[in-house]
This record gives sequence, structure tokens and C-alpha cells, in this order.
Amino acid sequence: MTEAATTVHVEHQFDDVEQQREAATLGIWAFLGTEVLFFGGMICGYVVYRRLYFTAWHQGSLITDNFRFLGISSGAWNTAVLLTSSLTVALSVRATQLGQNRALIKLLIATMVFGIAFLGIKAAEYTHEYHEGVIPGESMFHPDDEVTADLHRAADNTGANPATLRGQFRLFWLFYFFMTGVHALHMIIGVGLFTFLLIRARRGKYTPASHAQVEIIGLYWHFVDLVWIFLFPLLYLVK
Amino acid sequence: MDTSFRLFPKEASQLAARVDHLVLFLLGVSAFFAILIFATILFFVVYYRRRNPGERPPQIAGNTLLEIVWTVIPTGLTMVMFVWGAKVFVAAQTPPADAMEIFVIGKQWMWEIQHPEGRREIDTLHVPVGRAVKLTMTSLDVIHDFSIPDFRVKQDVRPGSYSTEWFVPTQVGQYRLFCDQYCGAKHAEMIGTVIVCDPAQYAAWLAGAPSDVPPRVAGEKLFLQYGCATCHGQYAPTLAGLYGRSVDVLDEHGNHRQVIADEAYLRESILYPEAKMVVGYPNRMPSFKSSLSEEQLMQLIEYIKTLSAAADLGSYHGANLGPATQPSEAQPRIENPPFSDFRTNR
Amino acid sequence: MASIPYTPELPFAETYLNTRHTVASWLLTHDHKRIAILYMLSITMFFAIGGSAAVVMRLQLLTPHSSLVEAETYNKLFTLHGVTMVFFFLVPSIPVTLGNFLVPLMIGARDLAFPRINLASWYIFMAGGSLALSSLILGGVDTGWTFYTPYSSTFANTHVMLAITGIFIAGFSSILTGLNFIVTIHTMRCPGLTWFRLPLFIWTTYATSIIFVLATPVLAITLALVGLERVLHVGIFDPALGGDPILFQHLFWFYSHPAVYIMILPGMGVVSELIPAFSRKELFGYKVVAIASLAIALLGFLVWAHHMFIAGISIYGGLVFSVLSFLVAIPSAIKVFNWTATLYKGSISLDTPMLYALGFIGLFTIGGLTGLFLATLGIDMHVHDTYFVIAHFHFIMVGGAVMAYLGGIHFWWPKITGRLYPERWGRISAIIGFLGFVLTFFPQFLLGYLGMPRRYYAYAPEFQVYNVMSTCGASILALGYLLPFTYLLWSLRWGKKAGANPWHATGLEWTTASPPPTDNFDQTPVVTGPPYNYHEMEFPDD
Repeated sequence: MTEAATTVHVEHQFDDVEQQREAATLGIWAFLGTEVLFFGGMICGYVVYRRLYFTAWHQGSLITDNFRFLGISSGAWNTAVLLTSSLTVALSVRATQLGQNRALIKLLIATMVFGIAFLGIKAAEYTHEYHEGVIPGESMFHPDDEVTADLHRAADNTGANPATLRGQFRLFWLFYFFMTGVHALHMIIGVGLFTFLLIRARRGKYTPASHAQVEIIGLYWHFVDLVWIFLFPLLYLVK
Repeated sequence: MDTSFRLFPKEASQLAARVDHLVLFLLGVSAFFAILIFATILFFVVYYRRRNPGERPPQIAGNTLLEIVWTVIPTGLTMVMFVWGAKVFVAAQTPPADAMEIFVIGKQWMWEIQHPEGRREIDTLHVPVGRAVKLTMTSLDVIHDFSIPDFRVKQDVRPGSYSTEWFVPTQVGQYRLFCDQYCGAKHAEMIGTVIVCDPAQYAAWLAGAPSDVPPRVAGEKLFLQYGCATCHGQYAPTLAGLYGRSVDVLDEHGNHRQVIADEAYLRESILYPEAKMVVGYPNRMPSFKSSLSEEQLMQLIEYIKTLSAAADLGSYHGANLGPATQPSEAQPRIENPPFSDFRTNR
Repeated sequence: MASIPYTPELPFAETYLNTRHTVASWLLTHDHKRIAILYMLSITMFFAIGGSAAVVMRLQLLTPHSSLVEAETYNKLFTLHGVTMVFFFLVPSIPVTLGNFLVPLMIGARDLAFPRINLASWYIFMAGGSLALSSLILGGVDTGWTFYTPYSSTFANTHVMLAITGIFIAGFSSILTGLNFIVTIHTMRCPGLTWFRLPLFIWTTYATSIIFVLATPVLAITLALVGLERVLHVGIFDPALGGDPILFQHLFWFYSHPAVYIMILPGMGVVSELIPAFSRKELFGYKVVAIASLAIALLGFLVWAHHMFIAGISIYGGLVFSVLSFLVAIPSAIKVFNWTATLYKGSISLDTPMLYALGFIGLFTIGGLTGLFLATLGIDMHVHDTYFVIAHFHFIMVGGAVMAYLGGIHFWWPKITGRLYPERWGRISAIIGFLGFVLTFFPQFLLGYLGMPRRYYAYAPEFQVYNVMSTCGASILALGYLLPFTYLLWSLRWGKKAGANPWHATGLEWTTASPPPTDNFDQTPVVTGPPYNYHEMEFPDD
């Protein structure tokens, strides 16, 4: 199979393709480093409060873990979806390296489908949580009767003041929505980036000689996936 | 108050001289190195000034021995500073057991001070000379700081928890008190005076306002009103002899710990009983967070402190020593104390 | 004292300045040199705003109970001063001006790795800065630049959200700049330019960029959480709602302590270039100084809670952070010794940049030594949150970083503009600034030890003498800034034209024209030996 006629454009500040590629790769790794600290700060705050307000955190994760399809929690479904999408991402990089453009396009679409599926499940979760009344807005936070009863029971078991526990419970939800929300934002950006990749792939821009963009955006997706691997046990499996 | 120009603050506490000596040490070391470096630079700049435009000096890449010497020596000196400073600090943060205790509440923008004998004051603090004083402090709103420069002490005063500060005033006189953590509009006016008197004057001042009720008396009233004696001494750990002892507790995660029953522990147990539960007792105490103000908490704590046996400070096991905390007969027991329905059978 | 030779007018050469003149060619430029100039204009504006706030503050403090401004206004002024000076002047300063301009030149590259991201950085910076300034115009913020909770998250009724949003956005500018520098330095060095042949300015820029990239995200999250608490009234940091105010302090200082190393490391890099240039000697202990830069960056992440010794952390925590704070001082001391040793047997010329460099060493040394006082637990408990701390950090940030910035601006002015500034005015201004600075800030050490707290609009009368000294000094210091501003602008039109290397300094930037062409070099340079190769430099005899 002959190589695609397109040559790789080298930006004027770079000496050659190799240098451009090296710079782009290092650039994405450095950027992901900043993202680690970004999410790390949030996770640090969450973990500190988990230790301080364990009862409330436990109550929170009972709800997050309880939204289930076919007996499996939505968080676990999301984890499965994202892990599979990372597989399709890795395969799409491989497809580019082997010059298999049609396979690449299919894999890109598959990744986007999984990404959108993730977002869909998230949306369903958020809707469910809205109905449970746990969105931590000032006037929006009114947990329904079942949740409130659970809270009271937990308060009595530990001797805690129910009003205090309610406040801590609300804090859990603040962290939950903040962390999953920022993560979801990154997913939406990821789907957008993959749309860009798809458009260019359909124009045949990615060849074994010029597939840096696929690799770099793939790295971003892997990172967002990795963040979820941390968020899932932290938010859903508090025991 | 002496407002004349001063080069250095007065030394008016047991700590001040120690801090000043430490400062002099650092000043000496710093001055030595600063003068050494500046003199060297000045000398080099003059002696090696460019004398003709084309001159090219010898190139010297470095000297490993020199690098080692001027790494090791500063490291050694700074470690001396660290150890000395740590010693002074630990002493400053460790009040003696027999310190006289005074409560402080900071709020925007004033200091309310409560002496255990009953006398209260605003923005002034009367203390006797020569006795250790321990301040237990909290804030009602934002973070403040109780700073007495002439004593060389300060500590942040936080909402939601207690902090402590202690000193022994060594000189009779009046000294500045400043709030030293920015707390809003009138932060610069949250200042006051510490009045150190000799013991006789202090006693006279304490007795000066007979209408003030000592906090422990108010505390005893609260103890009855909220029905603490209903449980404590029978179903719940007795409070007699509790204050100051070490207690075996389980925390929220079920981890076993030993803590000292100080003011902070008492405050936390009243507001968040689930945080530390005495080993061997069920988790039944309700929280009084929504019912008690900071001032009432201080009063209750003062009362509980009076229940301490003077003697040994061994480990406390919350043993049911019988009704050790019965109120005096003059006060009627309140039937059906509030929150009693919190403990309905489940 | 050698005078700078006058270079006759060269035939017309295309430079990055004269290549295109439209506004669009500046606002949409990809050229790192033009972006550096855009930044220079921006940070000068922020410096002027922050400096004006300081002027009013110092005037207020002339008398113990002045009514020049009201209490609330004063509180807004010191907040404005801190926010603009820290986030919008010092943190960007040398990296975005001299760094942006010089990094590609010093490594023999045509531009940074990501020129469009560089331009985006500037726009993001301006967006953040505009938001923060708008909070000023709408009435100000009064929380202090440290935004301590629960005051900032629950009690303050000023425009906190606007200010923290502005800082949040500007943080992304820092992150992208740091990322750009890291990638550029790693991947775009010209042939022969190995790591230990890099000029020290590149080493410090690299170390600073690591801090940019790792610390700034934590600030972003912290400010976001404060914003969420303000808007949603959830108890993250406010104890009344169940939050922990000390958690805020930990998160805040985790960024803000490394931030001070962001502010000083580039200045150290500039000084490491100036001392060799004006002694005509290679830097003594080059490798040690390079590694020390990295050590400062890394150790700087481990000491944040020394801002919290009496905030309510445990005694054990205090001990750990105290000993680490002493250790982070050692690499800085090593640098000072190495700079001094470079002067030994040198051929020293006291041109303006050298005066600034020597001033830096003097003032930074004092500032650094007073840092030891603050690291000492037994002393900090007395001087915490007093004017002692203010004096300490102004010695480092103004006596240090700003002097280094001015020294660098003067040194590279011929390269950036193609003009020479008037040397006598330069020296006069440097000396005026130095003297004004010392008079302003040295008395504040004594004020702090006496116990005068920070952020006070009125003070006890016994503090007045030192306050008056300080305000007098401030007026002299202001002159020391106004003069360079004036004559540097003057030189753009009437300064003598500069040749490629008026200082006869080493460094790739001096091998190309002043100002450089857009692509920096006519041919990619090849490096064959170590930096500061003064033994090979030609020095004319006139």
C-alpha cells in the first residue's frame, strides 16, 4: 500500500518532523502532569473530609452505588465503558501505525460512542440524583423521605446530630458533583477532540508517518479514563 | 500606656528573654555572614575593577572543596537554629498543669474575656504577675489572633475549635494586645490592653464586681437544664474526675485511641459525641450543637472541671462510680429534659 | 570604566520590530519576541496599579490614626496591592518578558515550541487580569491576597467572586507558559547544546516552569472551592457550616509557597548572567548553581506549612516544616557564595545592570537571612503576621526580584530594542532605588519585632517613627522606578543605536543582530563548548 500523498507539515519553529513530534508528545505529558495536580487537589479535599465525616460519606456512596442497571451500579457500567474505550483508543493508534485507515475510522467512532455512552449514563445518574433531591444547591437540596430516613437512622446509630450529618452529607454531594462534573467536562472535550480526529481521518490525514495527533489525543483520553479509575472507588465504594 | 518610641519591645513574660536571646543568636550569625559577604563583594569590586578596556581575567571554573565547606557550615548553623527555636517553641506551646485558666472569645471586632471566678472584661485582660496563665480561646466568626508582643506570644483564634496560649507575666505594667489575623473592616481596632497587677491588686479587681456570676455556677444551671445528670453517672461515663485525665476512646472508624480530657475534648464531646466514644459505652449521647452558644459551652466546661478529684491523674475508664454528679438539692430536677426522646427504643 | 562603543548606523535590516506595523500584526503575532513585549506592557500596567495602591497605603500610615482613607478602603487597597503585585506582576514578570524573549534565542531556536499557545497565554492573562481589575472598579475586594476563610468564603461582602475568577483564569496562562518552556528547553536546543552547556537563565526558567506546571492547578482548585462555598453556602472551609478553615490554608499555601520561588528563581537566573558578563569570567561553580536551581524548586514544595506555625497545626507538624524550611535556604546561600566567588580576580565594570545585580545580592541576602528568623519556630511565634514578615518578603521580592528584573531589562534592552539607554541615568536610578528601598523596608523589621501587626490602617503611636521613615523611603523608591520608566522610553526614540553585542557578553542571543530578525538567527547556531566562554571573547581596547 503506497503511503498517502500528504506530507507532514512541519511548523516553522521546528527543524524536522521528529523534533515536532517529540515536542508535541512532551507537551501533552507535561499538560497531563498539570491535570494530575488539578484533580489531585480535589481528591485531596475529598479524602480529608472522608476521614472526618465518614458516616456522611458512607451514606452518600450508598446512594451513588445504588443506581443500578441489571443489578450493576452505574459507576461500574461507566468504568466498563471507559476501559473499553481505552482499548479502542489504543487499537486506533495501532491502526494508524499500520496504515489501516478504515479500521481507524471505525475505532474512532467506537471510542466516541463509548464516550457518549459514558456521558449518557452520567446524565441519567444526575437526573436520578436530582429526583432524590441531593443536588447541593442552596435551595435545591431537599433529600426525599427515604434518603432522609436513612440519614436519621445513621445519625442515631452514631449519636450524631442529624442537622450536622445533613450538612456533611450535602458536602459529600458538593464534592461528588464538582469532581464528576469537572471529569465530565474533560470527557466532553475528549469527544470533541475525537470528532476532530474523525474528520481528519476521513480525509486521509493520518498515515504511519504522520499519526502524532492520534497518539497525543489518545493520551489525553487515557488520562481522563485514568482519573475515572480513581474517582470510581472513591465516590462509589466508600465502606 | 507608654507610647514613647522604642527600639525593642519590653521583656514582660517568662518567654521574652528566651526569644530575645534566640534572636540575638540569629542576628549575630546573620550579621556575620552578611558583613562577610558584603565586605568581600565590596573589596572584590574595588580591587578587581576594570583597569583597561581590553583586559581579560583568568577563568576559574570552581572549587569543590569550597562548595562543600559553604554547604556544610550553613547547614550546621541552621540546624542549631532549628533545635534552639524548636525548644523555645515547644515550651511556649506547653502550658504547665497548674496554670490559671481564662477563657477568651474573639469576635468581630472585640475580645471578650471571662475569668473563672466570674469577672468578665472587654478588650482588657487583667492577670496577676508571676503566675502562669493559660488562655483557652475560640472565635464566633472568622479567624482572629491573640497577640501580646511584649510577652512574645500569639496564637490564631479559630471559629469551631479551641486554641490555647500561655505565659507567665514577669513585670507589672500595661502591655499592648493586638488582633493579629486580618478579620475584616475593623481589624486594626480589635486591640486592647493586658494589665499585669501584683497578686493583691488582682484579687481586689476580681472581687470588684460582685454581680458577676462565675461561669461554673452558670454551667451547673445548664447541666441541670439539659439533663446531663440523667445519664452521666448512670448509663453514661461519670464526669467526676474526668477533666485532665487520659481517656480510652473509640473514634468514628472504630480505632482505639487515648486522649487527654482537656477543654477541646469536652467541647467536641458535647457538640460531636460520635467523634470520640468512651470504650465500653454505647453510642447514645445526643449532640447539643444547635442548643448551646460558645459562651454556654465554656460555662459547662468550667462546671465539669470543678467535678474533678484533686488527686491522681491516672487513666480514666469512665467507671460508673455511682451518682457522682448529682446536682445540689436546692435546684429542682427538670422533668423530661429536652432531647430525651432522642433515645427512644429502636 | 569602559564606555559602550557607538555602532554606526547599519543599512536597513529586517528585524522583528520593523517587519510589520499593523495592530493586527502585533495582536495576532506568533513571534515570541513580540509576545514578550505585549506582556511587558501588561505587567508594567499592573505594576503601576499595585504601586499606586502602595503609595496611598504608605501615606495613610504616616500618622497613627490617619483619615486619608477609611478603614474599608485601606483594606481594599492592601488586597489590591497584594493581588496585582503577586498574581499579575511578580509571578509572570521575568518569565513572560525576558523568558519569552530570550529562551529561544539562548538555545538557538527560531521560536518556542508552541507559538500559538504562547499568544493564547497572553490573552488568557489579560482576560484574568481584566476580571480582577473589574472587581476593583466595582468597589474592590477586602480579603487580603490570601483569601483566608471563613472571612472570604462567608463573611466578606465585597467582589470576591470576580477577583478569584480573574486569578483562576490567569493561572491557566501560567500553566501554558510553563509547559511551553519545558517542552522548548527539552526538545529545541540547537546542535551541541547539551544540558550542562545551557546558560543559567535557562536552568532557572526550567526550574520555574516546573513549579508553574505543578503548583498552579492546586491554586485553581482551592479558589474554585472558595467560590463554591460562597455561592452554595456549603461548609468546605467555614466551621459554622461544618468546614475546616485550616484545610483552606494548607491548600492555599501548597501553591503560594512554591509561588514565591516562581518569583525569585528567574531573578537568580538573571543575576547568574549579569555577574559573569560584568566580571568577564565564567560563573564560579556553574554545575552547582544549576543543580541548586532545581533543588530550590523541588524543596520549595515541601515547606508550605511554615506559614501556619501558629494557625493550629500540631507541634510535630511545626517541627517538620521548620527543619525543611531551613534546608530550602541552603541552595540559595550556595548561589550567593558562588556569585561572590565569580567576582574574585575578575575584570569588574559597574555598569547599570551590574549595579542592579550587586544590589540584588545584598538585598536578597538580607531577605534570605531574615527568612531563617521566620523558619525558627521560637521566633516566628512572635513575629508571625507582623511587619517583620512584610519586610522579609519585600526584601526578596522587591530588593530581589524587581531589582533583578530591572537589571535584566537594562542588560537586554539593546537586544530587545536595538537602542542603548543613557548609562549615567541608569546608574543614578539604580542607586536611588537601592537607597530608597532600604529606607522603606529596613525599619519594618524593627516595627515587626516591636509587634506592629500587618494589615492595620491605624497603629499604636509608639510605631510612628519607623512608619515615617518607611514612607520617606517609599517616595525615594518610587523615584527609582519612575526614572527608568522615563529614560527607557526616551531611549526608544533618542537612544544610541546598539550593535549586536554591546556588552561583549557570551550567549547565543548576542551573536545575532540587535534587534534580532523574526527568525532569530540567519543560520542555526552550533555550540561547541561550555557557556560563559569569556576566555575566547574579544574585548576591544577602546
